[in-house]
Amino acid sequence: MELLVASAVGVMTTVGLYLILRLRAFPVIVGLTMISYACNVFIFASGRVVAGLPPILSKTATGYTDPMPQALVLTAIVISFGMTAVLVMLALGAFFEAGDDRVDLDEEGRE
Amino acid sequence: MMGHWIIAPVVLPAVMGAFTLLVLRNTLPVARVFSTAATALLLAIALRLLWGATHEGPEVYFLGNWPAPFGIVLVLDRLSALMVALTAFLALVVQLYAIGTGWDTRGRHFHALWQFQLMGVCGAFLTGDAFNLFVFFEVLLIASYGLMIHGGGKDRLKAGVQYVAYNLVGSTLFLFGLATIYSVTGTLNMADLAAKLPGLPEGDAALIRLAGVMLLMVFAIKGALVPLHVWLPATYAQAPGPVSALFAVMTKVGAYAVIRIYTLVFPTDLPATGTLYADLLLPAALVTMAVGAVGVMGARKVQGLVAFTAVTSMGTLFAAVAQFTPGATAAALYYALHSTLAAAALFLIADLVMARRIDGTLTEARPAIAQQGLIAGLFMAGAIAAAGMPPLSGFLGKLMILDATRGLAQPLIWATILGSSFVVIIGLSRAGSLLFWKSHAAQATPVPHPAQPLAFVATGALVAGLVGLTLAAGPVSTWLAETAAELHDPAAYIAANKLGGEH
Repeated sequence: MELLVASAVGVMTTVGLYLILRLRAFPVIVGLTMISYACNVFIFASGRVVAGLPPILSKTATGYTDPMPQALVLTAIVISFGMTAVLVMLALGAFFEAGDDRVDLDEEGRE
Repeated sequence: MMGHWIIAPVVLPAVMGAFTLLVLRNTLPVARVFSTAATALLLAIALRLLWGATHEGPEVYFLGNWPAPFGIVLVLDRLSALMVALTAFLALVVQLYAIGTGWDTRGRHFHALWQFQLMGVCGAFLTGDAFNLFVFFEVLLIASYGLMIHGGGKDRLKAGVQYVAYNLVGSTLFLFGLATIYSVTGTLNMADLAAKLPGLPEGDAALIRLAGVMLLMVFAIKGALVPLHVWLPATYAQAPGPVSALFAVMTKVGAYAVIRIYTLVFPTDLPATGTLYADLLLPAALVTMAVGAVGVMGARKVQGLVAFTAVTSMGTLFAAVAQFTPGATAAALYYALHSTLAAAALFLIADLVMARRIDGTLTEARPAIAQQGLIAGLFMAGAIAAAGMPPLSGFLGKLMILDATRGLAQPLIWATILGSSFVVIIGLSRAGSLLFWKSHAAQATPVPHPAQPLAFVATGALVAGLVGLTLAAGPVSTWLAETAAELHDPAAYIAANKLGGEH
């Protein structure tokens, strides 16, 4: 399972990085989403990868998983979701103003 | 004892932002009054906290009364109180400018976003928990996204998309770094990290070094260090003038985080990391100075010129921070105060010029502008301060930094600081003569423009702040030396967190 989690983080980060380096807004947004997914899995794994154990106190439990990263990842998911929504709105605004969805600036927009 | 006052700089703007958004959204004059009053109150609270932190030492606010490291803490010490006070002063002055020039009428929700921005910045300065620092970074960023595109327009929106995307990558990197730290130490409370890291098993040293480098990269993005500065010039040049002026304190959030984390959690005498971060920071700072100076020389527009001046000042600041000695930290803090006010003043002056001119081009002269004499005088003062010429505080700040960077790398640091200052002086005087002197050759009557006394008062207040910082340099630098000593010996900071559980 460690191999699965590790390779999932690695592959998603690679795909995300590749997409971020594209020139169009849509691939960039998808790439950022991929990277934030990879990040969420990574945070989840930082409390050690265990299967089938409860994070909160239970009378029948034989062991526990660390509940802290689950709380952290919840915060991270909410924030990255909100930020992606803002970016989508902004990219749409730029698309309607400029008529294209390129993320690089025009000559007169630089500096 | 400051008690609940410690959380007031976070709660007050949060409540006021929501109130402005929900109740005052259609009544701009009332929103102006409430928002300005809230910022003035924030300044009063910040000064009270500054007084308390000076006389009573670090104090911790336990959110929900959960003991550290299990709950989130806010820590008030000299450095955080100073940065909150600086933010509140800058915000109040720049807000008056925005009202005086009518910038807040060019889009909706300016004052609500302004308050949320203050909430994020103050929270980032006060928090004593690394994950909470991430959360406040996001709060200040999401408000800054709204402020950056205030007023709209094609170029501004496009620059906004770049700014948001770049910072989202930074946020993700921050999370990767925090998760790595948590997986190694099992805590994210900064004082607890400082207590636990010296006893770290040898096998985990590589992971913690990596996590530290990731955090350094995040703070370098915020602080506009080369090669991660690429977001700054376009963002600052395209953002509305008052917003760019407020953003002058956002780069200092990056500098603050570096000073806080790398003196408290990863000091240079920590065996696992040693001087790794200082060794990474110094070359980046020197290159930043050089790149900023070249940018000042090559700028073709007023806003670009000021943006690159800000990049140079961040390089100078980080060169002092990278020494990680009490003397150099004190010099860096003085320079941080100075460069925040100087950069903000220049951004406001650039905005005054832009409001009266057809465009901001620096390649050819344009006809004279309305109120030319006054604006030229302000530009002169701001440029002298920013370039680091006597008699203003920039000169004193750079002198302190030069004095504090004696050692092995001294020739390189001195040459870069002096060389970049020289190039910045040339760039600024070229811009000043083209903007104000050569305009007389055009022989055209200036296009009339409302005088807007409030805008000039606000810009003048920033310049007056620089003069005050120069006149009070003695007491201020003594106070900052004590602050730096406290930062480099964080025993009181750690003890205030009551990690043993005697809470």
